[in-house]
Amino acid sequence: MAVTLLTTVTVIAMLAKESFVFFSEVSIVDFLMGTEWHPLLVPQSFGVLPLVFGTMTIVIGSVLIALPCGLMVAVYLSEYTSAKGRKFLKPSLEILAGIPTIVYGYFALTFITPIIKSIYPDAEVFNGLSGSIVVAVMILPMISSLCDDAFRSVPSHLKQGAFAVGANTFEVVSQILIPASKTRIGAAVILAVSRAIGETMAVTLAAGATPKMGLQFLESIQTMTAYIVQVSLGDTPQGGIEYQSSFAVGALLFLMTLVMNLIGHQLVFKKGKYDS
Amino acid sequence: MFIEIKNLDIFYGQKKAVKNINLKVKKGLVTAMIGPSGCGKSTLLRSLNRMNDFIPGARVEGEVNFLGKNIYGKNIDPVELRSKIGMVFQKPNPFPKSIYNNIIWGPKINGYEGDFDELVEEALKGAALWDEVKDRLHESAFALSGGQQQRLCIARAVAMKPEVILMDEPCSALDPKSTLRVEKLINDLKGKFSVIIVTHNMQQAARVSDETCFMYEGELIEHDKTETIFTKPAHKKTEDYITGRFG
Repeated sequence: MAVTLLTTVTVIAMLAKESFVFFSEVSIVDFLMGTEWHPLLVPQSFGVLPLVFGTMTIVIGSVLIALPCGLMVAVYLSEYTSAKGRKFLKPSLEILAGIPTIVYGYFALTFITPIIKSIYPDAEVFNGLSGSIVVAVMILPMISSLCDDAFRSVPSHLKQGAFAVGANTFEVVSQILIPASKTRIGAAVILAVSRAIGETMAVTLAAGATPKMGLQFLESIQTMTAYIVQVSLGDTPQGGIEYQSSFAVGALLFLMTLVMNLIGHQLVFKKGKYDS
Repeated sequence: MFIEIKNLDIFYGQKKAVKNINLKVKKGLVTAMIGPSGCGKSTLLRSLNRMNDFIPGARVEGEVNFLGKNIYGKNIDPVELRSKIGMVFQKPNPFPKSIYNNIIWGPKINGYEGDFDELVEEALKGAALWDEVKDRLHESAFALSGGQQQRLCIARAVAMKPEVILMDEPCSALDPKSTLRVEKLINDLKGKFSVIIVTHNMQQAARVSDETCFMYEGELIEHDKTETIFTKPAHKKTEDYITGRFG
């Protein structure tokens, strides 16, 4: 406990210290509102928005893919499969969460990207879609597992009431079960978003290193995390403004995931009945 | 015959919960099922609209003929069956929707083509709830009291215009005043629908039903006019139960 707390405090202190140095040279407004990010070219520009857009591309793309798939998996687990099937399927799904993210990165680059290029020949080698798909695979277990828990916590007498007025399983799932679980589905999405924001290795490998404004799925982009990797790989001298910029990006990233996690946990542990 | 049960056995895994039931239920009457806890009365009730399908390990042998067709036979769609045999549960279980949508949900998914406003009014009047909720039809059903929620669940069943309404201890979660209202409602439903009600409350059975079945340890001991069961039962077991010697 003490070690965890100490680590957290140290991380926050470091982020704050280095960001402070950075913001004494670059104004916060220019950082948050700027639309150009090229810290390694002269003249330097530190507008973080292209990196934020890069991250948003991955987040939006991956959630759009993982949410419907995750819901379908959760519905299958909670309503259609037998207790036996569930016992086998749920752990196998959770194995997905244990695969090293760098492996996912290679998987994206060598398997998903060629498929994308065969459908969209104009797509670049590094592209937002490939990153989104691979991050979707990574967050799928979390979404399906949390939604499965949500569905199973809907009282069985509510479902039986629905069956008793002549509803079939699909109608019960789509019109009773999912609406009754909407808060907890929302929580699952928020926790998944926070995971997608923080995802690093896979998107660095798959999505590229070209900061761009707007949501670009077929072009090379750069996420906030991928930029931090780029700096840490040693392209920049320690102590320079470029080096410190990675801490500013890190601090922003930290704040974003923190807020998401707080909202998500609030929803997951929200007490009380199923929604009305 | 309206409902005719022939040689019905129901198992939960290895355990036989209902044993060799033969029973005829008449149309338009209120039939009560009484007996001590665990005697299989709820299990038998739930077998009449195949709600036991949802219990893992439950298995049915024998026949339940409804309007001349065995509901456990081939080519029977349990979803369609349940639109003709409705059910009211022990605990009020309104859907997480408005009062209005609670009523129309069943008819809507079953392709009802009439006027929904009329249907809601008719069903709520049928369940003696209209006057209390007519000004807040679009509020959540959870805002209602337990007794009102249970009458809403009855209205929900009535709105399907079923042949039969099964009631599984519908008053066990209600206070005496709400219980009385529901009992009065069951009386009003008589003739329009056939009602089969499971109750652990003998006085309730005596108040609301035309015919009564007494069950004990999975067997149907006696089935007769309610008056006969409570005044001159044919079996010693029935007499012991209704006079409070056990159960």
